[in-house]
Amino acid sequence: MLRRLWLRLVDPLDQPLMMIAGLLLLYALIVITSASPDRVPAQMLNMVAALFFMRLMAQVPPQRLMHLALPSYALGILLLVAVALFGDVSKGAQRWLNLGFMRVQPSELMKIAMPLMLAWYFQKHEAMLRLRDYAVATILLLVPVALIARQPDLGTAILVLAAGFYVIFLAGLSWKILAGLLISAVAAAPLAWNFLHDYQRARILTLLDPEKDPLGKGFHIIQSTIAIGSGGILGKGWGQGTQAQLEFIPERHTDFIFAVLSEELGLIGATVLLVLYSLLIARGLMIAANAPTVFTRLLAGSITLIFFTYAFVNMGMVSGILPVVGVPLPFISYGGTALVTLFFGVGILMSIHKHRMLVQK
Amino acid sequence: MEFKNPQEELERFQGRIGFAGGFVLFCFVLLFARFVWLQIVQHDYYRTRAEENRISLVPIVPNRGLILDRNGVVLARNYSAYTLEITPSKAMNMDAVIDDLSQIVEIQPKDRKRFKKLLEESKNFESLPVRTRLTDDEVAKFIARRYRFPGVDIKARLFRQYPMGAFASHLLGYIGRVNDNDLDRIDDEDQEANYRGTEHFGKTGLEQHYEFELHGQTGFEQVEVDAGGHAVRTLASTAPIAGNNLTLTVDAKLQEVAEKAFGDRRGALVAIEPSTGGILALVSTPNYDPNLFVDGIDPSNWDTLNNSPDKPLVNRALNGAYPPGSTFKPYMALGALTIGKRKPEQTIFDPGYFAFGNHTFHDDKKGGHGTVDMYRSIVESCDTYYYMLANDMGIDNIANFMRQFGFGQRTGVDIEGESEGVLPSPDWKKKRFKRPEQQKWYAGETISIGIGQGYNAYTPIQLAQAVATLANNGVMYRPHLVRYITDTRSGDKTLIEPKPLRTIPLKQENIDIVKRAMVGVNKEGTGARAFAGAEYVSAGKTGTAQVYSLKGEKYAEGHVKQELRDHALFIAFAPADQPKIALAVLVENGGFGAQAAAPIARQVFDYYLLGKLPKDAAAEDDTDEEGD
Repeated sequence: MLRRLWLRLVDPLDQPLMMIAGLLLLYALIVITSASPDRVPAQMLNMVAALFFMRLMAQVPPQRLMHLALPSYALGILLLVAVALFGDVSKGAQRWLNLGFMRVQPSELMKIAMPLMLAWYFQKHEAMLRLRDYAVATILLLVPVALIARQPDLGTAILVLAAGFYVIFLAGLSWKILAGLLISAVAAAPLAWNFLHDYQRARILTLLDPEKDPLGKGFHIIQSTIAIGSGGILGKGWGQGTQAQLEFIPERHTDFIFAVLSEELGLIGATVLLVLYSLLIARGLMIAANAPTVFTRLLAGSITLIFFTYAFVNMGMVSGILPVVGVPLPFISYGGTALVTLFFGVGILMSIHKHRMLVQK
Repeated sequence: MEFKNPQEELERFQGRIGFAGGFVLFCFVLLFARFVWLQIVQHDYYRTRAEENRISLVPIVPNRGLILDRNGVVLARNYSAYTLEITPSKAMNMDAVIDDLSQIVEIQPKDRKRFKKLLEESKNFESLPVRTRLTDDEVAKFIARRYRFPGVDIKARLFRQYPMGAFASHLLGYIGRVNDNDLDRIDDEDQEANYRGTEHFGKTGLEQHYEFELHGQTGFEQVEVDAGGHAVRTLASTAPIAGNNLTLTVDAKLQEVAEKAFGDRRGALVAIEPSTGGILALVSTPNYDPNLFVDGIDPSNWDTLNNSPDKPLVNRALNGAYPPGSTFKPYMALGALTIGKRKPEQTIFDPGYFAFGNHTFHDDKKGGHGTVDMYRSIVESCDTYYYMLANDMGIDNIANFMRQFGFGQRTGVDIEGESEGVLPSPDWKKKRFKRPEQQKWYAGETISIGIGQGYNAYTPIQLAQAVATLANNGVMYRPHLVRYITDTRSGDKTLIEPKPLRTIPLKQENIDIVKRAMVGVNKEGTGARAFAGAEYVSAGKTGTAQVYSLKGEKYAEGHVKQELRDHALFIAFAPADQPKIALAVLVENGGFGAQAAAPIARQVFDYYLLGKLPKDAAAEDDTDEEGD
C-alpha cells in the first residue's frame, strides 16, 4: 500500500534530474549550516515547499501549461505596472507589491511566465515563422524587462531578458540578425550607460577596479575574492572559513554564499558544484532536444539555460569577473522565492520529459 | 517566410541546443579558470589578505624606564590610574557630553580648558582624557551609567610622575603627548612600529634625550577580529619590555641643597666631578613642576609659566649666555704663562685705570691695587693687570687658548638644545656682523675681553666644564648626567664610559701657579668670607658680569633697579689638591659674585665633602666687600 503510494508520488519525476537536484539541495544544506546555522530549519521548509511545487508541475501536462501562458504573462505585466504605481520601496528599490495579506515580487513570476509566453507564441505561429513574429516576440520580451529594470532590479531584469532571449534564439532567429543585434548592443552600450542608475554604474566601475574604494562599494567584491582565493585547493574546512565566520563576506547566506563554499571547501568544492550544474544543464538540454513540440522544446531549453544564467552570473559576480547584480546562486542560496521558482522550472522539465510520448501518441 | 518542415526544424533546433551546450561549457571553463587563478596561482596572496583581515595587532605600551639619582633615589616613575576619555569622532555634542559627565564625575573648568586644547591639537579618532586620576568611587559611578555615554570610556593608563615636584626640572625635563615633531623624530629613528599605541614622548631634558632608551619595546596582542572590528579572541601576545632605567651621576640631595641655596633668586649652578665629567648637580632656578605637562598642561598654568618675568621654563644652565666677568681671569693668567707673555713674579703697577688710546679702562678698586703680581691679580681680582695682559696677548692668542677649554662651544651634555655662547674673535665678528665697519675687530675691544666682559658670553655649563678641566689639570671630559643605563629585563648595566675629550697641552707648574692663586682667593681674597672656617682647602674665583653699562660712574648696587644689577658668578673646586667637585654658580642680578654666588658654592661643597647641611636656607651675605 505505502509502496504504491510512493510509486504514485515519484512516478512523474525524472530520476536523473531528481538525483542532481537532490544532491544540490544536500550541498546547499551543508553550506548554509556553516554560513548561517540559524536559517537551516527555515531553508528546509523552503525546500519542502519547492519540492511540492516541482511535484505539482511535473504532473501538469504541457498542453495545460500552454493555456496558462497568456494569462500568467498578462497577470505578470499587470502586477509589474501595479508595483511601479503602488509598490513598497525597500533598499531604494520598488520591487514588492503589498497585497495586504502578503507581499509578492511580481518580477519573480515573470521568470517563468516569460518563457511560457514566448514558447507559446512561437508554437502558435509554428506553421510559418516570419521576421515579424520575432519582432513581436522581442516586444513581448522588452516590455516586462523594462518595467523590472526601472524598479530597479537589474539582476531579475537580466534573468528575464535572458529567459526570453533563449526562446527567441532557440526558435531559430537567423545568425545574421543575431550578429546584427550583438553589434548594435555593443554600439548602444554607451547610450545604455546613461540610463543606468548611479548605483548600477558604480557596480560596473567597481568591477573594473574594486581596490579603488575598498571600504565602500568595492568591499563586497574584495572580501569575496579574498575568501575564494584564501580557500586554496582543499579549502579551510567546513565552518573554518575566517572570511565567512568573522562576517567579512557580506550576504554570506544569500548572494555571496559561493564565497563561503569556496573558502571552506576550496577548489574541490567549487568544482563539485560546477559539475553538478553541468549535469543538471546537460540533462535539461537533453530533455529539450527530445521534446516533441515547439512549445515544449523552447520552454525546456529556455528553463535549462536560465539555470545556467543564474549560476554563471552569480559565480562570476562573486569571483569578481562580472558586476554585482542581485542574483542568487541557484539551489544553494538561502531564500524561498528563488528556490520555488527554480523548482517550478525543474517540475516543468520533468513534465515535458514525462509527457513526450503522450503527445506523440 | 518559412514553411514547416518538421525534420529540418528539429535538426536546426538541436543544432541550437548544441551551440547553447557549447556556450555553457565555455562559460563554466572560464569560471573554472578564474577559480584556479584565485585559489592556486594567487592563493598565497589571498591567504595573507585573509589573515590580515582576521588578525589585528593591539599594541601594549611598555612601562617607561625610571630615572634614579646616583644613590637610587627615584626622580621619575610611573603610576597606574584611571582616566575618563572621550573619542571625539564618536561623541556627538561635546559640550553637552561633558556637562552630563560632570554630573557624575567632578570636572573642573581647568579640565575642560585642557581638554579643549587637546582637542584642537589632536586627530578625531584618538581618545582624549577629560579627567585623570579618577577615584574608585568615580569609576564605579561612571561604569553604572556608561550606556548613556557613547564614545566615552574609562581607561587604565600609566602616568609619568615626578615625585619630587618642582625639583631638578631642567635636567629631568618632562613628557607630553606625541605631536607632529615627535612623529618626525620617531620616523627618523625607524621606530614607528614600536610607537604604535604610545601617547607620550619626552619633550625636554633627559626625558627627551633618552626617549628611545626610556620608552621600551611595545608588546603586541594578536586579536582575532570580525568585520566590525570587534575582538573575538586573543590568539597570541608578546609582552612589552619596559624601558631602560637611567641612573644619573646627579646626587639628588646635593641638587636639593644647591636649589635651596638659591632661595627665590634666579640663576644656575652646574657641579661636575672633574675626574669623570659626571654632573653632580645641575640647577636652573626657578624650577617648574614637570608633572603639570604630563597630560597636557592646562592653559592657565601654561600662561603663568610662560609669561612669568622670571622665565622658569628657560634652562639657564644650558641656554643662558652670560659674560664670565672675573672668573675669566685664571684662564687669562694660565694663557699668559703658557705662551710666555707673563712670568708669575712679574709685576705691574695699577693706578686704578688703564689708558688705551683716548679711552680709559677703570679698575673696580678706586685708586688701584698698586704693585700687583700674578698671584695678587687673581686673589684681589685686579682689572688693570688683565687690561694690560689682554692688550699684550692680543685677541687671537686669547681666543685660541680659551677655545681649548670649551668656551663658546657646546659641551655635548646629554640634554638637547644647548646654546653655543660667544667666544669673541675677529673671525667670529666677521661672521656675526654684516656691515664691513662692524666686522672689523678694534684693538680696544680686546682690553675688556681680558676681564671677561665685552662680547664674552658663556653658558654656566661651559664655565663648569672649564673649571673642572682646570681642576683636572687640563684633562677634559664631556659633562654628562647619566652614569649608567640599566636594561630592565636582563639587569645589565651600560656604563656611560667617561672618556677624556682631550688633554690641553699645559705645563703642570703653570697650572699649579693658577690653582695656588685660586686657593688664595678663598683663603685671603674675594672668596675668603664665604669660605671662612671651611674644613677643606678649596680654590675659587669670584666674578661679576655687567648687565648695565655704567659709563664710568661708580656702580652702586642700591641705586640700580634689580633687573639691571650685575650678575654674580663664582667658579670653584675642592679639595684643591685632589678635586672631587668643581662648579660654576651664577646668580642673575645678584650683584657681587663674592656676596651672592660664593656662599652657594660653600653650601654645596660643605654638603658634598662633609655631608653638612646648611643651617639657614638663604645664603645671602649682606656685608659689603670690596672688589670681586
